[in-house]
Amino acid sequence: MTRVIKYVFYDILRTRFILLYTLFLLLCTIAMFQLDSDTGKVILSLMNIVLMVVPLISIVFSTIHFYNSYEFIELMLAQPVDRKVIFLGEYFAVAFSLSLSILAGVGIPMMLYGADASGFTLLYAGVMLTLVFVSLAFLSSVLTRDKAKAIGVALLFWFYFSLIYDGLLLWITYTFMDYPLERLTLTLISFNPIDMARILMLLQLDISALMGFTGAFYKNFFGSSTGMIFSTAVLFAWIVMPVVIAARVFNRKDL
Amino acid sequence: MKIIIIHSIVLLLSIALCSATTIIVDPAGKTKTITAGIRQASTGDTVRVTAGTYREGNIIISKSLVLQGEGKPVVDGEFKTEIFTIDARHVTITGFVIRNSGMSSVKDLAGIGSIGMDFITIRRNEFINTFFGVHLANSNYSVVEQNTFRGELRGEIETGNGIHLWQCSNSAIRDNYIAGHRDGIYFEFVTRSVVNGNVSENNHRYGLHFMFSHDDEYHDNTFRNNGAGVAVMYTRNVKMINNIFEKNWGNSAYGLLLKDINDSEVSHNRFVQNTIGIYMEGTSRTTFVRNLFQRNGYAIRLQASCDSNDFRENNFMSNTFDMATNGTLVLNTIDKNYWDKYEGYDLNRDGIGDVPFRPVNLYAMIVERVPTAVLLWRSFLVFLIDRAERVFPAVTPENLKDNYPSMKAYDLHPTT
Repeated sequence: MTRVIKYVFYDILRTRFILLYTLFLLLCTIAMFQLDSDTGKVILSLMNIVLMVVPLISIVFSTIHFYNSYEFIELMLAQPVDRKVIFLGEYFAVAFSLSLSILAGVGIPMMLYGADASGFTLLYAGVMLTLVFVSLAFLSSVLTRDKAKAIGVALLFWFYFSLIYDGLLLWITYTFMDYPLERLTLTLISFNPIDMARILMLLQLDISALMGFTGAFYKNFFGSSTGMIFSTAVLFAWIVMPVVIAARVFNRKDL
Repeated sequence: MKIIIIHSIVLLLSIALCSATTIIVDPAGKTKTITAGIRQASTGDTVRVTAGTYREGNIIISKSLVLQGEGKPVVDGEFKTEIFTIDARHVTITGFVIRNSGMSSVKDLAGIGSIGMDFITIRRNEFINTFFGVHLANSNYSVVEQNTFRGELRGEIETGNGIHLWQCSNSAIRDNYIAGHRDGIYFEFVTRSVVNGNVSENNHRYGLHFMFSHDDEYHDNTFRNNGAGVAVMYTRNVKMINNIFEKNWGNSAYGLLLKDINDSEVSHNRFVQNTIGIYMEGTSRTTFVRNLFQRNGYAIRLQASCDSNDFRENNFMSNTFDMATNGTLVLNTIDKNYWDKYEGYDLNRDGIGDVPFRPVNLYAMIVERVPTAVLLWRSFLVFLIDRAERVFPAVTPENLKDNYPSMKAYDLHPTT
């Protein structure tokens, strides 16, 4: 397994895309810290990148990478190696390299310019989202043989979680606003990893607004240790489940 | 010449008359109780109380005296009675530890209470677990300074106010520290008075509660983490300058609640991390100048019942929502402020943005109607909705705008 990971990782490095991605994050973060002296505002702008750009790049890059290394996978399968090992090896290598990009691209400037707890939450959210969306990318890749179709499905995942889902949620809260919705929204939120990550950031940035009546409910929930365990568990479920399903599909697939 | 002579005679006579003696109260000495000390004293004397614990029930001061504690003598009410009752003008109480007053739902039992007596000075005392700390009614020209008040045992219902003034005038409340009471400082029908340099925090209800108190001024105070912040109501001509309102969190907690306030001034204050910085209702002809609003949930909630108010040269930074309102009619001016959310340009480089800024955000109005929707704040969808609304205002009040937004934050040095 480690050898597979190593080969795939070197392969990814050779394409240079990952370096460009790191550089992009690095430049963005440094530029924002340069433009604004208020750390809170910088974190806010970075949050938009982490919630939008990071999932998009992760999912598209992973899908493309999977199809580009199809020949390598086929070659490996000719060897006496377990299919699962190859598949998970691919997954870990991609997830590892993309997470590393975030940690380097956002984390290093943050260390240099100084960041508080909200900065670390942002890094955590970024890494978690990367892992989730790499998972989803692998799922969409094994679902179809056609590269274009897979990228389409991947983009749909991204579009759904970052835009459509929130629209539906807003519609539900607006339609049923006469009912107590706290628990319902809490449940619905956990069906969207981007929203989960966003809530973690809200707790850092908009704590004062969240202290209103309904807000206090979320604050008490997510601010407590149960809430932390819950949100981490949900994000983990979002990482593990697609990968497990994808691995099973891959195992049975006629390549 | 004659006048001078007469004056000097009067002066000499008065000095002779005022040649005050000092009575020493000492648990081991001749006069063992404060009550006995007061009985021996005559008007204008000083009663010096040395260190020790005195349990004498209610001590009534019926002469004009200086009651001076040395080495922090403790006066304990044993949760039964009011501790000091002042029943004379010109009384000064300094240097005591006053603790455990009685509690009553009929009488306002206090650490130091007085009704109808002027010229009372209460200085450098420590109040611990008193029902009311200082309770003055109908008393003018009083000074309460450098005291600490700590209520530790009781909940909101079982505790009174730290400093409670009712129908007083020309009083000064200075440099006190108040925590754990119902209201830190309570003013009702108090006029021409000054509250300054106090720290009021962790009180159950308001840090400062202010009603029907005209022509007052409060400056350089800190109100932190009180159950409901600070409330100023039914008052005209009050000056609120250079105070700090901080971390007043909760559904009905306001940094500053203004209700029916006229002709007043709110300037150079700092509102930091409150759920609502300023909530105003029925407020008119009041100026808000050079305040800082930072990291509040809502910086200002301006109800439509407010008119002719002027917001100028304030800094709005990192608030979740800068302004919210409940109507479309706008009768206030909010020009020349700095808004960190402003994205306009300044072509002629005069430091003033060329396009107006609308501080009311569409999503703030949605959250107003559906509080649960706060959970979707900062999502990409909400961002898009807000953008669309900024370009074509349809729901947000069209006239609520800053026509001359500043491009740079104002340098708000605290005034001295």
